[in-house]
Amino acid sequence: MTIFKRINGFWLSMVLAIVFFIVVQLLISRGILNSFYINTLFYMAINIILAVSLHLIIGITGQFSIGHAGFLAVGAYASAVMTMKLQMPFSLALLAGGVTAAVAGLLIGIPTLRLKGDYLAIATLGFGEIVRIILLNVDYVGGASGMTVTHLTTWPWVFACMLIAIIVIANFTNSTHGRACISIREDEIAADSMGINTTYYKVTAFVIGSFFAGIAGGLYAHNFYIIQPTNFGFLKSFDILIFVVLGGLGSMSGAVIAAILLTVVSTFLQEYPETRMIIYSIVLILVMLYRPKGLLGTQELTSFFRLRKAVEGGKQNDNKHTVA
Amino acid sequence: MLKVDSIDVFYGNIQALKGVSLEINEGEIVTFIGANGAGKSTLLKTISGLLKPKNGDILYEGQSIAGKAAQMIVKQGISHVPEGRRIFANMTVEENLELGAFLRKDKNEIQKDFEKVYHLFPRLHERRKQLAGTLSGGEQQMLAIGRALMARPRLLLLDEPSMGLAPLLVKTIFRIIEEINSSGTTILLVEQNANMALSVADRAYVIESGRVVLSGSAEELNASEQVKMAYLGGH
Repeated sequence: MTIFKRINGFWLSMVLAIVFFIVVQLLISRGILNSFYINTLFYMAINIILAVSLHLIIGITGQFSIGHAGFLAVGAYASAVMTMKLQMPFSLALLAGGVTAAVAGLLIGIPTLRLKGDYLAIATLGFGEIVRIILLNVDYVGGASGMTVTHLTTWPWVFACMLIAIIVIANFTNSTHGRACISIREDEIAADSMGINTTYYKVTAFVIGSFFAGIAGGLYAHNFYIIQPTNFGFLKSFDILIFVVLGGLGSMSGAVIAAILLTVVSTFLQEYPETRMIIYSIVLILVMLYRPKGLLGTQELTSFFRLRKAVEGGKQNDNKHTVA
Repeated sequence: MLKVDSIDVFYGNIQALKGVSLEINEGEIVTFIGANGAGKSTLLKTISGLLKPKNGDILYEGQSIAGKAAQMIVKQGISHVPEGRRIFANMTVEENLELGAFLRKDKNEIQKDFEKVYHLFPRLHERRKQLAGTLSGGEQQMLAIGRALMARPRLLLLDEPSMGLAPLLVKTIFRIIEEINSSGTTILLVEQNANMALSVADRAYVIESGRVVLSGSAEELNASEQVKMAYLGGH
């Protein structure tokens, strides 16, 4: 019965997603949405991909990585090189962006995922900065002045990538592998002594997360006409981190909602980037004060609609969300 | 069944185990008693693959398992109930138990083991849909033991199962340990509660700052003046 319900819920949300897609597509093709709104919408979807991909690493597997903009940059530049230098089609470029970022994730993940908490955070932050500095000094991709990229990102591409990212990560989370990742977040030593290959699962989650960050990078590059290393500084990493933390560590729908919310806020404050960061900080401080678990805590949006027979509540471990 | 041959284990520069040897025969309950920091938990972690010995060897059924990855050791039938329970607090009791059987693929047999664990711990059955973090200390200990049993171990390593439990619960836990043993699982029990440990064990070792200082049958050690003075509080 529960499986039947879950499948039902899955198809219901798929139908809703497709209806939403068609409505927006119609609005765009009829010219009702102006380019400002379209752009915001694209940006929102890209941010959702980034948020769910980092959610897999931090929220599910509990590995505090703050170099996600590094993978975004790798994906962006790899796909831009594919289309602009090698004249490849956009689909191939997106895939190449994802794969290159995944390979980077693998290379970075294997040595750094031995580290825990704060140490891992510093190492991944270092990785993000290294990527930025390398891009800054490679003339082939334009150095500091960046690369001009044709606008190829369209609503169907953005939407399809976002949907695939969400479905893949949601399914991964609900699989045995996802369970293993959650057990690592909950207690790594216990997971180890259950016979779970913790290194393998941490690296797997890291690689999947960086793959989708790379895809997001491809979409990002082909949406903004120009990419520069400065777009991928550590503030960008923090933007993504904020989606995940604000939404509630461990909640994918929370990450999605936070990504939507903050994209709207930041888009309307785009002319004042300094104020934007102050507002970000204030929002974060307020949420952490009044909802320390994030917007949704570890819950998913769907669980609010489901009748729960199980008795929950009672005393919970207050420390469970302090990852670092 | 298990033979530990003079292993040395280090944490960085600090040597935690100094040439520790022991032997466990099939079907036994063997206990390791000693004070805080004597190296009891280190020993269990080394056997279950969480730590690697620098020197010496560990033989399980005649094969060396020293330094092997933890998941290989679990697969071969050694399950470790870590100190301080370490249950997965944000998962339900059922999900915790499922993770105990993580490496197994035999669905029917896993189902049987679920029933076995629930039979052994009826409390866990009552609370199977509840988040493990909301259980009481005793129930969490039961869950930790149940979770380890889900791997269907032939050798169960128990690290201080009585820690932080009320005396009545300690008795229950030890009764269950005997029950698990009588159904054919060999047990290596590490304890500070020497009294209880010696009452269920067949043989015992006393460990002091990384060295085995005494060993013998549980009765012998129970009668020994040295043990009485140091661990049983008698004069």
